[in-house]
Amino acid sequence: MSPVSRGFRHLTRAPAGREGRLPPGQYFTEGFPVLSAGPTPRTPPEEWTFSVTRGGQAVKSWTWEEFQGLPAEDITVDIHCVTRWSKFDTGWRGVSVDTLLAQAGVDAPFVMAFCDGDYTTNLAAADITGGKAWVAFGFGGGPLAAEHGGPARLLVPHLYFWKSAKWVRRLDLRERDEPGFWETYGYHMHGDPWREQRYAGD
Amino acid sequence: MAGTALRGGLTWQTATVTAITRETGSVVTIALDPPDWPGHRAGQHLDVRLTDEDGYTAEREYSIASAPGEPPAITVERLEDGEVSPYLSGELRAGDELELRGPVGGYFVWEPADGGPLLLLAGGSGIVPLRSILRYRQQAGSDVPARLLYSARTWDDVIYRDELAGYHDGIEVSYTLTRAQPPGWAGHTGRIDQALLAGVAWPAAAGALAYICGPTSFVETAAAALVSLGYPAARVKTERFGGTGGH
Repeated sequence: MSPVSRGFRHLTRAPAGREGRLPPGQYFTEGFPVLSAGPTPRTPPEEWTFSVTRGGQAVKSWTWEEFQGLPAEDITVDIHCVTRWSKFDTGWRGVSVDTLLAQAGVDAPFVMAFCDGDYTTNLAAADITGGKAWVAFGFGGGPLAAEHGGPARLLVPHLYFWKSAKWVRRLDLRERDEPGFWETYGYHMHGDPWREQRYAGD
Repeated sequence: MAGTALRGGLTWQTATVTAITRETGSVVTIALDPPDWPGHRAGQHLDVRLTDEDGYTAEREYSIASAPGEPPAITVERLEDGEVSPYLSGELRAGDELELRGPVGGYFVWEPADGGPLLLLAGGSGIVPLRSILRYRQQAGSDVPARLLYSARTWDDVIYRDELAGYHDGIEVSYTLTRAQPPGWAGHTGRIDQALLAGVAWPAAAGALAYICGPTSFVETAAAALVSLGYPAARVKTERFGGTGGH
């Protein structure tokens, strides 16, 4: 039982009728804060590729042009950052991870996402298949800005947003779940905002 | 292992506020006495939870301002449209209870063994985790050379002003004031940019380790400028507001 904070009045609530979309411990924001561990990488499209590997072995790779030719979807979702802001109805454009894995023709229980800037994050394959995850290159009707992860980032909106790795370049399919960047520093291996899985042990 | 938080989960505990120190017109430092503090590293943060009479809770994270070995303290800037920061900086009193858990985070941290030279770039309340690093460097007797460039709106907005003025041996502190400067101001003026950093930062060949903390525009500009000046991206660690920017 938490002690009452004398004199504290809770103010920021989700807009009326949408309270149920705010996970525990989160607050509603209209902004789009930026969080990252290092300088923003800027890979020009002509050098950009996206690849699927299995156990580190090359399986399938797309150039930027080829990637733009894949069937893309418009996605409108709520996003939840572990630093406690949530943003509703964000509009993205991207390619479903289902499409990418189907074209690669591979399968495994776990995935490690590799990004420019040496960022990694681990995911269960079940969390990024079945229409639950995309590689997004558009935001708000335009291209995805570099500081928000452009040219392309992972979008896994049902998990805390650090799992939606910015500047993603490769998905490596694996037999075992291993911690990525923030997971090594004590953040949760799964990161479900509705179960408030912020840190290891939550 | 890097992550302190890996030690079997972080539980909420009720700390006593032992002192509140006003740093500037909008910033306070809150000294805390938690019943079970495992110790923290320089640069880590902690989570704070407030509960109102209806049982509503609000959580935020704040950078730890004190050095490792000291009791935890946080420095909080009042944000006018905020929910938690006006309470912490205006309502909270010494002797009150405050729920917290931590420490959290293991990347934006510095240990004497990490070496240097250190380049610390602070924008506004982004000074907080960098102050923990500087304080720790002093207390640990480290001789790693350190340069701090602190960007603030005005001289009155500079947090820890007296403490920073007291650092000498091996520490160079410089300021840039972006909005207004006192008469006779001899420091830098204007927002941080590559030209300013070229003059203040260690040359790339020095192999410096950079920590940048502040608002997004400050961090983006400073980090990109260091990379342009030849700093390897892996030697540039960034944190946006160090958790102090939450509402």
